Amino acid sequence: MKLDINGQSHEVTAPADMPLLWAVRDLVGLTGTKYGCGAGLCGACTVHIDGEPTRSCLTPISAVAGKKITTIEGIGHTPLGKKVQEAWIAEDVPQCGYCQSGQIMSAVALLHTKPAPSDDDINSAMNGNLCRCGTYNRIRKAIHRAAGA
Amino acid sequence: MLGPDESRRSFLKSAGAAAGALVLGFVLPATNSRAAARAAARAPAADVNAFVRIDTDGAVTLIVGKSEMGQGVFTGYAQLLGEELEVDWQRVRVVSAPVAPAYNVPGLPVQFTGGSMSVATGFEAMRTAGAAARSLLIEAAALELGVPSAQLHAENGSVVHAASGRHLGYGALASRAAGLPAPAPATLKAPADWKLIGKPLKRLDTREKVDGTAGFGLDVRLKNMHFAMVARAPSFGATLDSFDAAPAKAIPGVVAVVAVPSGVAVVATNTWAARRGRDALSPKWRDGPATGFSSSALAKSYAILAATPGAVAFTSGDQSRVPADARRLDADYATPYLAHAAMEPLNCCVSFTAAGCDIYSGTQMQTPDMMAAAAVAGLVPDKIRIHTTYLGGGFGRRASSASDFVREAVAVAKQFPFPVMTVWSREDDMKGGYYRPQAHNRLTAALGADGFPVGWTHTLVGQPVIKGTPFAAMAVDPKTGLDATTHEGASDLPYKIANVRVEVHDDLKPVPVLWWRSVGHSNSAFAVESFVDECAHAAGKDPLAYRLALLADHPRHRAALKLAAEKAGWGTPLPAGRARGIAVHESFGSVVAEVAEVSISDGVPQVHRVVAAIHCGTAINPNLIAQQLESAVTFGLSAALHGEITLEGGLVEQSNFNDYEVVRHAAAPQVEAFVVPSSDAPTGVGEPGLPPIAPAVANALFTLTGTRARRLPLSHTTFPATPA
Repeated sequence: MKLDINGQSHEVTAPADMPLLWAVRDLVGLTGTKYGCGAGLCGACTVHIDGEPTRSCLTPISAVAGKKITTIEGIGHTPLGKKVQEAWIAEDVPQCGYCQSGQIMSAVALLHTKPAPSDDDINSAMNGNLCRCGTYNRIRKAIHRAAGA
Repeated sequence: MLGPDESRRSFLKSAGAAAGALVLGFVLPATNSRAAARAAARAPAADVNAFVRIDTDGAVTLIVGKSEMGQGVFTGYAQLLGEELEVDWQRVRVVSAPVAPAYNVPGLPVQFTGGSMSVATGFEAMRTAGAAARSLLIEAAALELGVPSAQLHAENGSVVHAASGRHLGYGALASRAAGLPAPAPATLKAPADWKLIGKPLKRLDTREKVDGTAGFGLDVRLKNMHFAMVARAPSFGATLDSFDAAPAKAIPGVVAVVAVPSGVAVVATNTWAARRGRDALSPKWRDGPATGFSSSALAKSYAILAATPGAVAFTSGDQSRVPADARRLDADYATPYLAHAAMEPLNCCVSFTAAGCDIYSGTQMQTPDMMAAAAVAGLVPDKIRIHTTYLGGGFGRRASSASDFVREAVAVAKQFPFPVMTVWSREDDMKGGYYRPQAHNRLTAALGADGFPVGWTHTLVGQPVIKGTPFAAMAVDPKTGLDATTHEGASDLPYKIANVRVEVHDDLKPVPVLWWRSVGHSNSAFAVESFVDECAHAAGKDPLAYRLALLADHPRHRAALKLAAEKAGWGTPLPAGRARGIAVHESFGSVVAEVAEVSISDGVPQVHRVVAAIHCGTAINPNLIAQQLESAVTFGLSAALHGEITLEGGLVEQSNFNDYEVVRHAAAPQVEAFVVPSSDAPTGVGEPGLPPIAPAVANALFTLTGTRARRLPLSHTTFPATPA
């Protein structure tokens, strides 16, 4: 089947129930989307499906036929995605960096629906994205920075 | 003092340095700084090494033998090098080193990353490497320009002859410098002249970590690479009896099912197929030493053992001198097994070729991994090449003294003519052992008429991390038979008490254990800092003032406590329903004090704000120090509130982030980090922020509710629904 990822069409041969995460990473070769839990508990695999933040580890490829998939490799080509990445750099957010693709994808989706989110908005939109390095304070600052920029 | 050594030559050969490039390998004298002394406390001091490469186009490459796992060592080392090399430090390219003795930890024949010692030990080495490279480039320029080197100085990637205004870029000098003999030791800048050290500089690895291009172990992609998942024994040490490969082979994409020492590996063209194939297996196992193991039964046996005499780890004064009329306090504190649960599950990619074996892994343990891989592969260590990727978190799990995940991946890949990445699922990672040991602490104190302790005993029971591993010969005290991981943070009690006795029961169990961020301190600090708080309350004294009075001989502890207390507003009114708690602890050469501000909501503790103050000697990069304090507080808070691995019937009961909860955005406190100004030698930063957080929170909850939590995680303690 065909996957529309970051504006490019990729032909993949895989069982219909293969999670999008593994199709993107192992078949298409875009490794910026991360595996963290495989159970929708950590958010490391977050991508956008038609703009909606989605856990790719729980999304079978059969569910995304004909839809627009955006990953961390593509998000910087949108003005909002770029702004969020620059805010992450300004606040020096990442440590190990492993969860940050998912954090950024969730943050961009939040700012798309709520251009000036409150702390509570951030808590609800970002609570599914785990970080073991404890970058939460800086992520919050970076989201506010991106909103204000 | 300086000069090329054997390791340099072997590195140069293996790296195949490009013609004309200046590649420097320096053997530097061991520093006699306190940092090095503390870092080498478990072994005698030895050499620190560094490598710099300057290409003919002027590009500067720093080759770092430490693993970048989020702690910022690539940035810190580039900053230190740049301070002396006089280049735009932000344009220094940092790459991971191969395995070579040049990159060994001072005093140990091992290249690894841990013990919060990377920047502390690199402080001399990186600056000296930068200064030596600068000297060589100046010598080369002197020959090129025909002027005495004393008339030249280095500035922003060039050597400048101020008198004539002539200057030559480092790239133009690289070839000539490469042919010069090793320079005499260069004088390092005085601290007053530092331009980079002490500045809160930003990390060098951020951009690639926000656009998805940073390469972690799991992101390695090699030609014709396959993916494997392993069905491992349900209990530790159980062995494979038999298996039927057919159900796995029926899964599309599965190409092979093979036995390995740890279980059965399913090899497939993609991770999903490997996972489905692995999950389709139902191997039969033979019982092992951990069959039937129960961590709750272990807790009970530890509590009984803690009331009996153990091996003496420290003693001062004489307990029999404690006055009979002293007021007696006693308490038991228990801590559980903990998983590291780094965001990137374990993985290791191995490729066998005619030239040997290439291992791509986010490891903290290069030399032991190389030796282990050689043994499994049946090759000499020279044929093993370790390529260290970024680590998606380490926290100690990727410093496996048993090299468990590397051994297994080699055992899988050696059966195939193509590269194989062995991938652990989150559940595999959670159930895979190598935990922070479960432990028990029994403490007693005798308070004198003034309320201060005249007697203190602490008996610890737990599984040693180092004893029984290949590191035992280096780290186990031959007199007591103990390794420090069972009593560090307890046997070095800072409080001035006349009669102290610390005893240990160490107990090898068939559950693999490992260093977990701050190692033994994560247990001992909870017990010591909670119990000293109990003493303060029993004496009717302010917990901060009580500690300060007992720390008259410890200025660094006092400074950290005072700074944290001042910034947190200790003693000032709080909104109703909130309270503060304080704790201080020394580990890895640094002292950290933390003040936690808590409330309780329906009986569930909430931590709103944590103020952390660290005394870590010279603060090389306050931004990275702040990051590490924010990190250690949050990591430690996850453990304090929720973290627990339990085993019943030999099986690990937790599997994923649903039953091994960690702090998420909404529960993350505001963390404020402060550094005590100091010109002492730099000491550890990555771990010391962790030990004080659990007791600071527990102490705050006591002040708020009157309920004293003596067991971690705090979810085991029933707090009142609202403050007392």
